Amino acid sequence: MSEDRIENKSRRSFVGAAAVAGIGVAALAPGLKLIEVAGAAQRAPGEPASSAVRWGMLIDTSKCASGCDACVKACALENGINETVTDARQGSQWIRKIDLKDPKTGQEHSLPMLCQHCEHPPCVDVCPTGASMKRADGIVLVDRHICIGCRYCMMACPYKARSLVHMPLTEQNPLVPRGQGCVEACTFCVHRVDRGQQPACVEACPEKAMLFGNLNDPNSEIAQRIAKEKTTQVRADLKLNLGVRYQGI
Amino acid sequence: MKRLLVGLAAVLLLAPTLAAAGTPLPQLKIENPGSCIAPVPEMRRNHMEMLKHTRDRTLRQGIRGEKASLNECINCHASKTTGSVLGPGGFCQECHAYAAVKPDCWDCHQPKAGNHQAVGVKP
Repeated sequence: MSEDRIENKSRRSFVGAAAVAGIGVAALAPGLKLIEVAGAAQRAPGEPASSAVRWGMLIDTSKCASGCDACVKACALENGINETVTDARQGSQWIRKIDLKDPKTGQEHSLPMLCQHCEHPPCVDVCPTGASMKRADGIVLVDRHICIGCRYCMMACPYKARSLVHMPLTEQNPLVPRGQGCVEACTFCVHRVDRGQQPACVEACPEKAMLFGNLNDPNSEIAQRIAKEKTTQVRADLKLNLGVRYQGI
Repeated sequence: MKRLLVGLAAVLLLAPTLAAAGTPLPQLKIENPGSCIAPVPEMRRNHMEMLKHTRDRTLRQGIRGEKASLNECINCHASKTTGSVLGPGGFCQECHAYAAVKPDCWDCHQPKAGNHQAVGVKP
């Protein structure tokens, strides 16, 4: 009987110790989670993209020179956009430079325009096959395996960010498959991002006007700059919560 | 009439040998022999399913470095002479021509290993 009691006591103390350990784990958990979020930029191979990350880009238009198209060229090189088209309007355009001028003040801006990677993308809403999709980390993509080239998404996009491939292609980048009859757009260089690299345009910008990072991580440079400085979403009235923000327009 | 009968007899004699020969089986050359990711019968029967599920996970969830990947197929199976899995005798084309199945992977994916030649001109 007494032995039994001793055993019970030891069991109780064991349970108590386990409970304390449990509290310890609970106290550690927030810290662990923070590390997870910070390290989410570099995922392990085999791990899916998570919504803990929201990829975004900040473009400082005051640094962006009018005649410079380094980002456009870097994008074409990286993604294998090299086809010749008879009609210039049929060329694929993942990123383009646009020049803006306020007719009243004469104030001029030049800025790169690309897929804005909306949180609520209209292209995804209208796609009849489900080819237009948003990844968990906010990157909007086209699943070319099921795209039928109907171009509804091109009509729905307020930013003219998508284009259709009109010609058969041959020399694609193995990491960026592209083909005739599919709609395509900027992917934030998703094949590079998945390896922990920056998009090609960001790397190529000679003025460092483009900044890429995780909007969800309060310690990331992009999140800190967006918190500190005034930034603009193009057509913010559409309430699409864009992944791309501009500074200085 | 006699000539026709001789011709008919010749055809009848030849017919069994033609039927026995049938369509010649595809002659495949494995450029990098070794062990594939699964046994040969399983690869022959299921490679399309393996690739399909990998493609969905890679594109939609961003899972990279999966076991079945088109780039890895090419790395082992592309011909040393043409550098491609297509063309006469090409690893993919040889079997697919035999089975009369058109793989449309290569409309978008690069059938050659390591020949990315994007020139980076402004579109």
